[in-house]
Amino acid sequence: MSEHAIRLTVNGRAVEARVPARLTLVDFLREALRLTGTHTGCEHGVCGACSVLLDGRPVRSCLIFAVQAEGGAVTTVEGLAPEPGAIGVLQDAFCEAHGLQCGFCTPGMLIAAEALLRATPLPSDAEIREAIAGNLCRCTGYQQIVDAIRLAAQRRAGSNLAGERHDR
Amino acid sequence: MIAEAPSPFRYIGRKRRPKEDRRFVAGSGRYVADLALPGMLHVALVASPHPAARILAVDARAALALPGVRAVVAGEELAQATDPLLSGLDIPKVRRFPLAVGQARYVGEWVAAVVAETRALAEDAAERVEVEYAPLPFVIDPEAALAPDAPPVHAEHGSNLLYRRKFVWGPVAHDFAAAPHSLSFRARWQRSATVPIETFGVVASWDAATRLLDIWASIQMPKYPDQLARALRLPGNAVRVHFDTDVGGSYGVKRGIKHSVLAAYLARKLGAPVRLVEDRLENMRGGDAHGPDRLFDVSVAFDGEGVVRSLKLRALDDAGAYAGRAPLQLGKPVGAIVGPYRIASVEYEAISVTTNKTVQEAVRGFGQSPTNFALETMMDRVARRLGIDRLELRRRNLIRREEFPYTIPSGSTYDSGDYHRVLEKALAEAGYDALLARREAARAAGRLAGIGVACCLEPSGGNSAFEPLFNPKNETTTWMESCSLKVDLSGTITAAMATSSSGQGHETLVATVVGEVLERDPDAIRVVHADSLTALPSNSPVGSRMAIMLGGAAAGAAKKLKADLVAIAAHNLGLPASALDYREGGVSVRGDAGRALSWADLVEIAHRKFHLLPPGLAPGLQAFHVWEVPTGGALPTPDGRVQMYPCYAFEAHIVYAEIDRVTGQVRLGAYAVGHDCGTMINPDIVHGMTYGGIAHGIGAALYERFRYDANGQLVSGSFMDYLMPTAHEVPEIALVDHCTPSPLTEFGQKGSGEAGYLGAPAAVASAVNDALAPLGLAVAELPMSVALLGELLATAAG
Ligand code: FES
Ligand code: FES
Repeated sequence: MSEHAIRLTVNGRAVEARVPARLTLVDFLREALRLTGTHTGCEHGVCGACSVLLDGRPVRSCLIFAVQAEGGAVTTVEGLAPEPGAIGVLQDAFCEAHGLQCGFCTPGMLIAAEALLRATPLPSDAEIREAIAGNLCRCTGYQQIVDAIRLAAQRRAGSNLAGERHDR
Repeated sequence: MIAEAPSPFRYIGRKRRPKEDRRFVAGSGRYVADLALPGMLHVALVASPHPAARILAVDARAALALPGVRAVVAGEELAQATDPLLSGLDIPKVRRFPLAVGQARYVGEWVAAVVAETRALAEDAAERVEVEYAPLPFVIDPEAALAPDAPPVHAEHGSNLLYRRKFVWGPVAHDFAAAPHSLSFRARWQRSATVPIETFGVVASWDAATRLLDIWASIQMPKYPDQLARALRLPGNAVRVHFDTDVGGSYGVKRGIKHSVLAAYLARKLGAPVRLVEDRLENMRGGDAHGPDRLFDVSVAFDGEGVVRSLKLRALDDAGAYAGRAPLQLGKPVGAIVGPYRIASVEYEAISVTTNKTVQEAVRGFGQSPTNFALETMMDRVARRLGIDRLELRRRNLIRREEFPYTIPSGSTYDSGDYHRVLEKALAEAGYDALLARREAARAAGRLAGIGVACCLEPSGGNSAFEPLFNPKNETTTWMESCSLKVDLSGTITAAMATSSSGQGHETLVATVVGEVLERDPDAIRVVHADSLTALPSNSPVGSRMAIMLGGAAAGAAKKLKADLVAIAAHNLGLPASALDYREGGVSVRGDAGRALSWADLVEIAHRKFHLLPPGLAPGLQAFHVWEVPTGGALPTPDGRVQMYPCYAFEAHIVYAEIDRVTGQVRLGAYAVGHDCGTMINPDIVHGMTYGGIAHGIGAALYERFRYDANGQLVSGSFMDYLMPTAHEVPEIALVDHCTPSPLTEFGQKGSGEAGYLGAPAAVASAVNDALAPLGLAVAELPMSVALLGELLATAAG
């Protein structure tokens, strides 16, 4: 099987590796880098559990190969926190609104929400629902997720940390 | 909007952050697929392409020739080395093993397991396994399966009938004869399930030196360690299940016993840790996690005022190709067979049949939600027949507040409730008059608009006595739960539960309850999941039981600990316990608060100063409590009356829907629910599960179906075809709480883990039918998909 050398940054850290051509980005993140916060639910692009930011845009890491991330900047849920052991405003809002239950869809939801809030700092509820409509959650019925994202938007807007980006 | 009710408690019922959430938002959950053990091997499955076929040969040579492939195991080998998986019914000839033995009985059934150094390699090798099949006749439809000449799914069993029993409770024939009106109809609940986003996974590791099997699994299954040990012919204490594995959603279905037996066998055979994590197709076809697939024939007798006198319910359920615990899902509804209504006599015929479909497993509500759908459809039809308003009809039949405790014909006593009040609250929350106006305006504009109503019960915290009800050889009447608690020398508290969690917030539950009793900050209490060897007895989080049962166990342990603290203080203060006050962990003399021993003093005495301990009290500070279902356990009477569930929560749904006349697509416009589950331990958690249950229910009502074609192929085996509601399909939901405490539990709590799901399918179906009513149409089949409604409307339009 053909192998390729890749270079990219993951959560601000430079990464070099040799990967098989068919290795998906999610398997690379989870298995080679042991960043297990990113999950897989379907591996065919529907559930959104595997979402990560690639150059600031949310992508489904089960649908792209690791080699396609060559030269890119990837942010996973582990990279959303301002520092290890801490959590960011968005993550904190998910705790405050209980925007999760089993936590399995949560990393993907956080990524979708982070992408939304960067583009639209104070979204309407309809915009929030639109932004997470590509992410399935079987626990929450989405309502407390919407609450959490709304809360995060308000807090970011009202805080002097607003607009802070954690993907360095 | 959620109405805030003042809580009489210090921590219970107040807004508090769930303990679990922080690790999940940080991406630090520890799910089974996150585990990487040194030398771990991976499994891929070879699945049957036929709904029924004899397996003539399995040729693994080409697969084994690939470097990195370690083994290919087929059914015969496994069946030699393990015992069949347990069934809830007395059907010894319906033998079930993790891999098909001699014959495959559904499309997707696992025929062979391939083990390799990576999952990708195992998949490559699985494609090279050649299986020779001789196709057999098959049957997919549950009614066809009952025909005398139907192809037998298990020839040795003699027929496709797994279970049939007709219960008669009260003078049904007389009541039907005496009632001025009756009507009958058929309702169909097509096969769907809860389909968690995480598939099932298990990692097994066998230590030959200690003869100990370690298991990490995304499991939610009662008596799982015991069943594993039995199937593997191991002593119970040779299996250690690590319940600290996070489970990525379950809602009933994560019962991967066959996966676990297989992985454990392979780990032992190969002397290496083995990981089996389903991919989505393996999960949908071969994971044995489909839900009820049920056909109801309903007859109801009623008077001219709409008062329901008697009910006949026949439920035919398709268990799929093998039967684990799933057929017992016909048993749970016995505990709430009349729903929230006063119905004096009932005939209930429960029939379980086997077909060549994927195996059914427990789904949220354990058969209650389909039954509620049948009952609520019945109430709507009675109202329509008599021209009585649907709400008024329900008001006339709902059990009244002053009638509790209320015993229904099948022998269960409902603990408490205020159904009329909760319904009124839901109507107020929904703005019912405005909804009516909205519906009329939409109809006037030529649109199909309807309002749905459903009043449903959630029986919770049961003793599993549907086991003896359906199989007299099984005398299960307890379904206990445990909690242990200790205070260490530093004075901090640690509680241990004996099961894994899949999002229900059990750590929060235990910490809140223990904090409440001991008056200590729940945030400072650590709650751990024991492993199955250190754990006390548990029956896992099934049947909406944990607030009642784990909450009861935790409260019991905390009360014992508190009694010990008071005893130590009494001994040292030289006063009887009755003269002392316990407050926030310290004990003081009543009327003389200056004479006191602090939490730190008491902990110090307990851990270091035996000379200051009262005689008979063990040093240290620890307690455990094993809690039996509050109504206890008794075997069913010969006519099948039994008390299974102690507590009954109630929910009233009001939903507005419009149907697109051309496409048949349903849009939900507004959704309100009145919910009474007694005292809520953590309201955010209860609300979250209720919203989630409603979303599930909307899925079952409108979208989700495991559909089989005429060739016996599952045609909805991916998320492209098995459609689940997104944030677009689930509307904003207005929940309004009500609290009728249960008199049977420590804090008045009832179950809530199935909330929402128990009423949403019925409510959405009611709205669709209300929208169809002006056309003279009615439909009683779920899901009310675009295909179903589109065709109905097209036919009606001519
Ligand atoms: S795992 Fe990538 S979209 Fe589902
Ligand atoms: S929190 Fe469990 S799937 Fe979303």
